[in-house]
Amino acid sequence: MTQLPGLLDVEAIRKDFPILDRQVHDGKKLVYLDNAATSQKPRQVLDALNEYYERYNANVHRGVHVLAEEATALYEGARDKVAAFVNAPSRDEVIFTKNASESLNLVANMLGWADEPYRVDSETEIVITEMEHHSNIVPWQLLAQRTGAKLKWFGLTDDGRLDLSNIDEIITEKTKIVSFVLVSNILGTLNPVEAIVRRAQEVGALVCIDASQAAPHMPLDVQALQADFVAFTGHKMCGPTGIGVLWGRQELLEDLPPFLGGGEMIETVSMHSSTYAPAPHKFEAGTPPIAQAVGLGAAIDYLNSIGMDKILAHEHALTEYAVKKLGEVPDLRIIGPATAEDRGAAISFTLGDIHPHDVGQVLDEEGIAVRVGHHCARPVCLRYGIPATTRASFYLYSTPAEIDALVDGLEHVRNFFG
Amino acid sequence: MKLDSMYQEVILDHYKHPHGRGLRDGDAEVHHVNPTCGDEITLRVRYDGTKIEDVSYEGQGCSISQASASVLNDLLVGKDLADAQKIQETFLELMQSKGKIEPDDAMEEVLEDAVAFAGVSKYPARVKCALLSWMAWKDATAQALGGADAERNTA
Repeated sequence: MTQLPGLLDVEAIRKDFPILDRQVHDGKKLVYLDNAATSQKPRQVLDALNEYYERYNANVHRGVHVLAEEATALYEGARDKVAAFVNAPSRDEVIFTKNASESLNLVANMLGWADEPYRVDSETEIVITEMEHHSNIVPWQLLAQRTGAKLKWFGLTDDGRLDLSNIDEIITEKTKIVSFVLVSNILGTLNPVEAIVRRAQEVGALVCIDASQAAPHMPLDVQALQADFVAFTGHKMCGPTGIGVLWGRQELLEDLPPFLGGGEMIETVSMHSSTYAPAPHKFEAGTPPIAQAVGLGAAIDYLNSIGMDKILAHEHALTEYAVKKLGEVPDLRIIGPATAEDRGAAISFTLGDIHPHDVGQVLDEEGIAVRVGHHCARPVCLRYGIPATTRASFYLYSTPAEIDALVDGLEHVRNFFG
Repeated sequence: MKLDSMYQEVILDHYKHPHGRGLRDGDAEVHHVNPTCGDEITLRVRYDGTKIEDVSYEGQGCSISQASASVLNDLLVGKDLADAQKIQETFLELMQSKGKIEPDDAMEEVLEDAVAFAGVSKYPARVKCALLSWMAWKDATAQALGGADAERNTA
């Protein structure tokens, strides 16, 4: 087996993930390389979900019985874990949502309904980038359409990086919010946060960072990022689906209006008007995803037990190896940075003129799971003049042998359509 | 190998050497996409009364979607609308069969090369690829004939 410096003890880690033992298509070993879409779940997380339902299930923040109190303690305990995981100054800055899309929509709607000085209206501008996931494009398009604000964006360089050469023209005194992805889900690019945040602060714009592809893979420190909002989702970081996070700076969460109304988010309600609970509850209307939050807490415990810096090193070693091996495949073109520097562990590519759908189908027959299509980032495909890509993405349990299997599979694809 | 049931030689041939590709004059033009994978097709139809004079198309996408458009051109050009609709409905039935329909002689007579797509129906993610051009044709026909002879929604 290929040994690379920085690799984790993958053999031990893989024992925690029952699904990785699965065989598909009549005895083919599963090679799961679709981690940017969703990660697999370790037994520790599955057990936590089970245990919650078997022993503690109750609704939270109401009722005085034992189960209600224990369920509340578990749910709020998960919030503490998330706060520590991202180095939040306060636990009250962590809002639980359904997923990163909901987190980003929440920010867009807070600003759409806000009073001055946050209000987005026809006199103001919103800035995003061309490499965003649709979840960080469409909410801003909706906001722009509803308020008359102008939507602007950073373009991309040929090698898959943000083109910041015109940053002073893109981010101006009119800019109210700059929202961008920390690590691209399609290109893998790790973006230069500091340069963007500095310019945004110069003009007094808020900064929102989509960390969906970063939180699972590297240490995340919201204070170091100096952002105002950071969004990510649980299911890509070993947690269950149905739980996402929005971190926001406390004074903003105090000032900004709620979006969804309902139970849990109020202080007092009369038939004429209501007052709202303090953040984060102001933004968590209705019964929250309690078991899912507990599961996310267990996922964070699991990731911490391994160490985010070690996971980052592991994936960096794998990415370096994959970039090199894929570079040796004839007709293969990497879409995105061609080296492992400042990039995450998602690698998109095209293979001659074989359509990614066909590539993915033949790989699937070999037991290799990759993602094909435009990866909810169609503007990126348009930018590079391609209809779609094939994407392989790694995680803490991925191995060099799986990259070798991918490379062999691609050879098979070339023969099949040759 | 199971893959061969999807990627029949006939399909790969149509993919590599598509019939009737390219946009020519038409009475109506539609653009359809398969949002899950980014297959796209622009398709034009030209009618003489109810006779299909031409189906021309330009597109990008996987082998299944492109081969299907080529087969469609082969099958439908020169046919009367009623016959073409029967072919389209039979093809739709086959594609929605989840691999349960083994085409018999009668079906083969109607579908000709298109029976090669029977194996695709076992792959739910790919059925839309095979149907893309057929849905586009149906839509274009409805537009060209004012919707009187063809309804818009089948799937």
